[in-house]
Amino acid sequence: MIDIDKWQEIFHTLKQNKLRTTLTAFGIFWGIFMLVIMLGAGSGLENAVYANLGDFSRNSMFIWAQQTTMPYKGFPRNRQYYFEYSDKKALEQNIPEIEIVAPTVNGGGYRENTLLVHRHKKGNFNVLGKTPDENFIDPVILEYGRFLNEFDLKLNRKAVLLGYRAYEELFDKDENPINKYVRLNGIYFQVIGVYKSKHSGGWGENQNSQVWIPFTTAQQVYNYPNRVDHFSIVVKPEFEVKPVEGKVMAILAKRHKIHPDDKGAFGYNNVGEEFKKMNGLFLGIRGLIWIVGIGTLLAGIIGVSNIMLIILRERTVEFGIKRAIGASPRKIIGSVLSESIFLTTISGISGLMIGVFIIELVNNALPPESEMFRNPEIDFQLAITALIIIILSGMFAGIIPSRRAVSIKPIEAIRSEN
Amino acid sequence: MSQSIIRVNQLHKSYITGSNSLHVLKGLDIDIQQGEMVSIMGSSGSGKSTLLNILGILDNYDKGEFYLGDTLIKDLNEKKAAWYRNKMIGFVFQSFNLITFKNAMENVALPLYYQKVSRKKRNRIAMEYLEKVGLTEWAHHLPSELSGGQKQRVAIARALINNPKVILADEPTGALDTQTSYEVMELFHEINRSGITMIIVTHENDIAEKTERIIHLKDGVIEKEYKQNHSIRYA
Repeated sequence: MIDIDKWQEIFHTLKQNKLRTTLTAFGIFWGIFMLVIMLGAGSGLENAVYANLGDFSRNSMFIWAQQTTMPYKGFPRNRQYYFEYSDKKALEQNIPEIEIVAPTVNGGGYRENTLLVHRHKKGNFNVLGKTPDENFIDPVILEYGRFLNEFDLKLNRKAVLLGYRAYEELFDKDENPINKYVRLNGIYFQVIGVYKSKHSGGWGENQNSQVWIPFTTAQQVYNYPNRVDHFSIVVKPEFEVKPVEGKVMAILAKRHKIHPDDKGAFGYNNVGEEFKKMNGLFLGIRGLIWIVGIGTLLAGIIGVSNIMLIILRERTVEFGIKRAIGASPRKIIGSVLSESIFLTTISGISGLMIGVFIIELVNNALPPESEMFRNPEIDFQLAITALIIIILSGMFAGIIPSRRAVSIKPIEAIRSEN
Repeated sequence: MSQSIIRVNQLHKSYITGSNSLHVLKGLDIDIQQGEMVSIMGSSGSGKSTLLNILGILDNYDKGEFYLGDTLIKDLNEKKAAWYRNKMIGFVFQSFNLITFKNAMENVALPLYYQKVSRKKRNRIAMEYLEKVGLTEWAHHLPSELSGGQKQRVAIARALINNPKVILADEPTGALDTQTSYEVMELFHEINRSGITMIIVTHENDIAEKTERIIHLKDGVIEKEYKQNHSIRYA
């Protein structure tokens, strides 16, 4: 039921001094507004970074062969060696934590391009020999056709999966490339699919300019009979990547006659650790945002509380009369509290709405592929949290003044006028 | 036949201000019968306001007893005190003490608001009481638009609306001119005739003389007390 008298009282009090009410409300408005804007900006930054990472398996690592840095078993230092396909089996069998070991061979060497020709169109692209497992580590979006499969590998099929940039350069717009042939290193390969990277920015562009062929075919075409350039290793979700790192190196060292302490013989990149660092960073940013946001809000709350105390002074007589004619202390507390909650809620909600509005505005103004900032957003849950914070702060701001209101004896209140 | 509505035995009250203790009421004994019209007189500092506050359950006392009807009023919590004030007592103040942003009708209806009477019903009842004090046409005016006498009549209607047993008036005519004062006293008599006990604190002799019984307070004790013949009450 709507209590007209209560609202009449609230509006009357707040209208008494419009400037003062507005300034007080602004404190709360600003607190919530800043919180929303900062959280939106934080999420924009976070989304941009995670978009860059695509759907990369968060529980994975890379390892590639470098030159040895220590002499061992009669071999000198600075020896160049390569991983072999049989390492994959050895790793899978000896390390139970491992889920997938996916080998890659670089056609023509690391970041060396190969000429691809389709009719009168041609271009140089980075050709990589991959396995079907690749799609579990760093998934791509298939625009045409299918991904590599086991038969492609077993039969050494001359099948090729084009990155989207390669497709754009070799084919006409909207041309269906499936089952057409492209010449790669002088050999005709059948196009089985076209993929788009899930990464944003440079990473995505780089991946879109790659061309993938079956791992076994690549070994033949580029004449690397038993060579793997790097392994991508995915660890089962229940395990951490970090401890597996050492085990992998130990096994590879043994198999390639590398000194057990020669960490320099391997290049590796622990994606799991990178993700952890990133998560930690964003956790820190979010924490900071909340601390600053809540701090600003708290200043607003204290402002409301202060003003409520001043209003109380002005209304002492009124409260005295009301209590003389039978208002219970609860009624008085209720009226002060509802005033405070009303003020904070109105200003808080307008802060929330204007904040969300501005974030939407920024979101629409941003180029969709922006690398630094992407989809700043305030999710529903956050908005609800903010709302609860607003109402709680209204109550919090009203507590001290309402306690003060009932601690004054009615007779003192009435007398204070005379 | 008549019975006590207010009974005070050996009432003591001190105010402590800093290190000084001010003994204001020094063992008062008062017995007021239902339906009486009593005035309490005394110079400032005699303790008459303090007594009124205690009788109105607006203030506590230190020693003694105070019965309102059959109920001992002692060390009540605020909630209980508010309830008794609302049910038993009507207040009329010197400075009217109307709520400035409520119109006459809403001011009169306020005590019923605290009894959770619906707005429609309490406004209807308020109109009845405004009629009794002759202010029907002013029902929708704010206190600032009313004269002193009108304001006091609104306050009286407010004091009456919850059918109190006792009306406590603290210098009800203090802010009014003589003519209006007499009109207000007239109204009090009318109310008194309906059976409500009236206790009026005043320092004006002509006002006190319009009541049946006068209690003179001095330095916290009853100095003298007398009843007067009211054959010429309505001159």
